[in-house]
Amino acid sequence: MPAGGRAEATQRAGAGQAAAVATSALTKRFGDRVAYEEVTLEVHEGEVFGLLGPNGAGKTTLVRTLTTLVAPSAGHATVAGLAVTEANALAIRKRVGVMPETPGLYLRLSVEDNLRCFAELRELPDAAAEVRRVLEVVGMTGRARDPCGALSKGLRQRVSLARALLGSPSVLFLDEPTSGLDPGATREVLALVDELRQGGATVVLTTHRLEEAERLCDRVAILATRLRRVGRPGELRRRLFGAALTLRTAGPLADPGALLGGVPGVQRWRASAPSTYHLEVDDPRHAAPALVRALVAAGADVLELTEERHSLEDVYLQLVSKEDARR
Amino acid sequence: MNLRRVRAVARKELLDLRRNGNVVSAMAILPAVFVVEPLIQAFTLTSRAALALHHDHVLLYLLAVPSLVPATLASYTVVGERTQGTLEPLLSAPVRRDELVLGKALAVLVPSVLVSYLLFGLYLTVVELFAKPQVVSTVVQAPDVAVQLVFTPLLVAWSTWVGMAISARAKDLRAASQLAIVASLPTVAVTLLVAFAIVPSGLKVALGFGIGLFVLDRVGWRVVTGLLDPERLVTGIR
Repeated sequence: MPAGGRAEATQRAGAGQAAAVATSALTKRFGDRVAYEEVTLEVHEGEVFGLLGPNGAGKTTLVRTLTTLVAPSAGHATVAGLAVTEANALAIRKRVGVMPETPGLYLRLSVEDNLRCFAELRELPDAAAEVRRVLEVVGMTGRARDPCGALSKGLRQRVSLARALLGSPSVLFLDEPTSGLDPGATREVLALVDELRQGGATVVLTTHRLEEAERLCDRVAILATRLRRVGRPGELRRRLFGAALTLRTAGPLADPGALLGGVPGVQRWRASAPSTYHLEVDDPRHAAPALVRALVAAGADVLELTEERHSLEDVYLQLVSKEDARR
Repeated sequence: MNLRRVRAVARKELLDLRRNGNVVSAMAILPAVFVVEPLIQAFTLTSRAALALHHDHVLLYLLAVPSLVPATLASYTVVGERTQGTLEPLLSAPVRRDELVLGKALAVLVPSVLVSYLLFGLYLTVVELFAKPQVVSTVVQAPDVAVQLVFTPLLVAWSTWVGMAISARAKDLRAASQLAIVASLPTVAVTLLVAFAIVPSGLKVALGFGIGLFVLDRVGWRVVTGLLDPERLVTGIR
């Protein structure tokens, strides 16, 4: 996605935006077993929102609740402006598109017949034209007459995505859209989701592939039965790990305490190897130039100065392992 | 009730059914057996023996066909979707439960009624053309033909609801199919008892059975709609 598009999407996800999905203390129990509890979150219009969590974290059940398949045990939720209740089930289903983890296609029927049925169920005025449109979106126009059973897994996922796009729903729920796909097919499906986000679609994406979430999502929520954290991937990283720089010099600094400790914005430092230093900073954008100036002035030979990057995986593992330790 | 959505479900079911050779052959074989046997009887029956059967309603034996034809098809409707993973997308679609149930039921009902009428017509034609006149007058009696025509859709509908109810509760396709056939046997037994004059027949009995079946069919629709609980079907818990 172009940088401008991403920035635009991030802006759209900002405060003051209408919530496409909102939950408040939403809980689902099956007898004594808790699927998820006390989930409070908001997904803004035009935002790609990632629901991350390990297997059994309650992601799929949460999506099923929001798409009216599973009734909540407590709390409340709204989807596309409607309260999630039995009475609103039909209206909500008209406003959302769902791509479940398994494509769930009628393998004996053609791609076109599969989509036609769901277009008719949505009461679209020109079902045939809408089927053609969504097939074009997912690049499957040439395979319309093929039986779904003859398609590869990746192509079936595309048909499943096309089905979710019928009628241009207000909110798209994609449950593990790349589950079980090879890297090539995964890339194709992700490219399609990326196109949707560029088009301004509101997408709720569940996944446990963190690189996927990092690439596609404006914000993510980490769910492990309870909601652990919600935020932009970068924010979560900063909140959990802070900002840090790694400095490598040609030889050990003569007086690192005086040099590094005197640079504005450097909170703490430690030597992680004879000529390598780890510095915790307030803001790398300000601290790095000041540090370079100080090093040059002190005559130090700088080999490398990099910002330490923690992946979303680090954030996820930190949050989920904290939870495991608590249990 | 939105008929467009009902039609969409029924159309999809019929398309899928047409391409499912196993279900179609299972649907055709069992009823064919029920037609072959009376045909053999009609051709081996002597005129004297036919006269002795004049007070029986031999033709009603064929009511076993509409009782059995829908069983396999109906037993596939829910558990079949569940096992092939298509149920969740369908339940997530904007369609009411009663519409979904009716669409699926129509896709069982229409071919089952057609197959039953076809086999009945075939039987009548062969008997009329090739059996001895005394046998024809014993077997083909106008009231029995009327009963056959009226009761065929009623029995098909009843077997459909029973099969769908089993399908909605079952977790295994084969078990659902076998249970649905077993569940249709009591209906077959009643029709045989009437055919062989063990249960007395007549207009009042026919009316009683007819109204009873009609009411049961209405109740069946409601019961099956209630059983199609999305939460239980997608999570397997509740």
